[in-house]
Amino acid sequence: MEALRNKAKELLAAGAVKVVIGYGQGTGDSRRPVFVHSADKVTDLVFDKACTQNLATYLTKSEVRAMGRMAIVAVPSTLRSILQLAAEKQLREENVVALAMIDGVMKDLSTFDAIEETVATVPDAISEADQKVIDKLMAMSSSERRAFWADELGRCVKCYACRSSCPMCYCERCTMDCNRPQWIPVASHAIGNLEYHVVRAMHLAGRCVQCGTCGAACPVGIPVHLLTFFAEGTVRRQFGQKGGASAKLDYAMSTFKPDDKEQFIR
Amino acid sequence: MSDKYIISESGVGSLIDAIGKSGRRVLGPKEVAERIEIAEIKNAAQLATKGQSIVSAKGTVFPKVERLMKYKYEGKNIVLDDVDPNAAPTVLFGVRPCEARAFHALDVVFNWDYKDKFFNARLANTTVVAIGCTEADASCFCTSVGSRPDDPQGSDILLSRLKSGGYLAEVNTDKGKALVALAKDVFQPLPGVADLVPAATVAPAFDAKVLEQKLAGKFDNPVWLEQSLRCLGCGACAFVCPTCVCFSIEDEADARRGERLRTWDSCGLRLFTLHASGHNPRDKQSQRWRQRVYHKFAYYPDRFKTLGCVGCGKCSRACPVDMNLKQHLAQAAEG
Amino acid sequence: MTAMEKDSQNIYKPYLMRIAAITDEAPGVRTFRLEFTDAREAEAFQFKTGQFGLYSAFGEGECTFCIASSPTRKGYIECTFRETGRVTSALGDKDVGDIVGFRGPYGNVFPLEKWKGKNLIFVAGGIALPPLRSVIWNCLDLRDWFKDITVVYGARTVNDLVYKHELEEWGKRTDMKLVTTVDPGGERPGWTGKVGFVPHIVEQIAPAAANTVAIVCGPPIMIKLTLPVLAKLSFGKTEIYTTLENRMKCGLGKCGRCNTGRSYVCKDGPVYTLAELEKLPAEY
Repeated sequence: MEALRNKAKELLAAGAVKVVIGYGQGTGDSRRPVFVHSADKVTDLVFDKACTQNLATYLTKSEVRAMGRMAIVAVPSTLRSILQLAAEKQLREENVVALAMIDGVMKDLSTFDAIEETVATVPDAISEADQKVIDKLMAMSSSERRAFWADELGRCVKCYACRSSCPMCYCERCTMDCNRPQWIPVASHAIGNLEYHVVRAMHLAGRCVQCGTCGAACPVGIPVHLLTFFAEGTVRRQFGQKGGASAKLDYAMSTFKPDDKEQFIR
Repeated sequence: MSDKYIISESGVGSLIDAIGKSGRRVLGPKEVAERIEIAEIKNAAQLATKGQSIVSAKGTVFPKVERLMKYKYEGKNIVLDDVDPNAAPTVLFGVRPCEARAFHALDVVFNWDYKDKFFNARLANTTVVAIGCTEADASCFCTSVGSRPDDPQGSDILLSRLKSGGYLAEVNTDKGKALVALAKDVFQPLPGVADLVPAATVAPAFDAKVLEQKLAGKFDNPVWLEQSLRCLGCGACAFVCPTCVCFSIEDEADARRGERLRTWDSCGLRLFTLHASGHNPRDKQSQRWRQRVYHKFAYYPDRFKTLGCVGCGKCSRACPVDMNLKQHLAQAAEG
Repeated sequence: MTAMEKDSQNIYKPYLMRIAAITDEAPGVRTFRLEFTDAREAEAFQFKTGQFGLYSAFGEGECTFCIASSPTRKGYIECTFRETGRVTSALGDKDVGDIVGFRGPYGNVFPLEKWKGKNLIFVAGGIALPPLRSVIWNCLDLRDWFKDITVVYGARTVNDLVYKHELEEWGKRTDMKLVTTVDPGGERPGWTGKVGFVPHIVEQIAPAAANTVAIVCGPPIMIKLTLPVLAKLSFGKTEIYTTLENRMKCGLGKCGRCNTGRSYVCKDGPVYTLAELEKLPAEY
């Protein structure tokens, strides 16, 4: 943590970055996102096992970007988000420095290549709890799974915490916002909830970096992250492309290659 | 002056049974997979007696989706159909005093001039049995907004834990009396003074009256940008909140028929104030955050003579980025 | 209606109105004349000038427009709108004879009683003439309440002027003064009105502030530049009126959408004096 604070201090004092996005002390034992602008406030930054939230969503928040060059305290999923955002032309290399925290060690990474190298060394980690639910779901029949999700999504109130916390949901005008036509019903009834979550999962296919922040953000505990994990996994299996692996990408869902499998054409 | 009784632990179970048998549904905080939800309570064992539900109970009187009317085309003509509010007689059992108080903040909006028949039908059919709080957590701040953990305001019956087990029941209204009549033997006479488990200690973090005054001079203060920098602009706080009442009206239809629905909405969402022209009076999150604070703590008391907040802390607990309202308000009330 | 009947009324249910006439005012701008499909409702309906309603395109939603006709004319109401979004576009697709919804009247009113014996100057720009049209006609129908009546109205181009028929009528009347203008470059051969931005024209006309009420409505930029002109002419802040627009859904003080500062535009407005407007944050 000291190394992190010192680096943040150095960058801010030199004016190399205008803001450090990191974790701070939250209510009780929790952690919250903090924005440090001056070198004397780096003590607001903390880092420990409780810092798991992916803060990359702030890299595309206009008020934060407007401050200038950003440094971000990065857990592995944040690094993957940076790469995916870069691949989608949402981030320029010169505008962000990642203060990566891997196994308690801080590494400052200021190029996408360096971030790619680091990401390649970190194994994918789906939590035990999540894996249990995934296994349970994969063992279900289609109708059982449908019933599971109908039950879970019944709690959804369409607050969009999932969308707002996701670094890859940066569209200024989301499909949900379109009212001509109103593609997805606004209301939080069965169809309105289902269609929203299905569309969101589809829009994250191949792009989700599996940070789980959307599921953690859901105030009513719906494991929405499993939907996007699955969509990412499907693209990975079908097209060999992984979300957040590289800053250079021909996105599978918008690129045609002559040797693409076409099993749907019979 | 409320009627006072004693209810034993097993009496609570009998009361819930009796209510169920009378054709009313019982809803209350229930532990489901480590969360507390407002759900149907079939027996006392299902009632979560620690903590409070994540989403408030306001859905009983103001559901997240509600039909306002239906229509259909007959040739070129339209036939409008009124809709029954579907106000199933309900007892909210085991909510907190803060949640019980919240119904008043909803009531003032739905009735201050035009009367909303949907809300009124549901409220008329809802009885609130609250359980006073002997514990609080770091998000609670009822004492900063003119209330306390054992506040009887808004409850038809307030239950307070007795040291010897069971509850003191204070029956505050006619609705409460109607429940007593359902299970007379459950409500035992009070022998002398009740020895209550002390109510939770919730140190006030700010004074709502002071806050209201300070807000008058702070509209252009940079504190709103500071506080809202981490705000993601989702609707979690508004939707779990028992007093948030902002809503949208949406039509869902095909070429021949449709319905007009009322849905929850939030001033924190960017679309809330977006004009069709593209102009958005509250385009920045800091403006929307400020609106939330001012609406609840300045405009509400001004117009409705009541705060738009009961200090339950649900917003802070639900917020994915820990926007702790108590802390923000305490900061706004100083200086 | 008894109190009990009123309480059990569905306040969100609109009147069913038949489109009796459609006028294409300008590109994308049309006026509907609406008649109640229920004769009893037509008979009972009353409103005061300044009030607005929510108009339904069933299946698409509701939209807020002021009532552009005068309350002195019975049996119908009129509204004028520009096709901008979902509901206005759906309304724009409708024909004479189609059914739309109307909820209202909502909002506060122009205080005509207070203006008795005074001169009135109306300043409007573009699509903002509709809210003032109601009050102009109302005042003309009560002509002897007021002294001089002047209307200054401008739009970007000649084509963008709305109520062209009305403008002709008003131009011919001897009991009022009409000044029309278009923005520089917006004129065309045969145009006999003025050329210049509305605030400049107001400056040229230089209406006297004494015993005069100014009613101003227009796009934000026009209002922004007109108010200083009126201030220079010594118009007091309580003698300048405007009518606001804001995004609305319920229109009756519950949904919170139009809440601006301490004010709900649907309840405390849409009519505000400049003095009242300045108390609101600029969030409208």
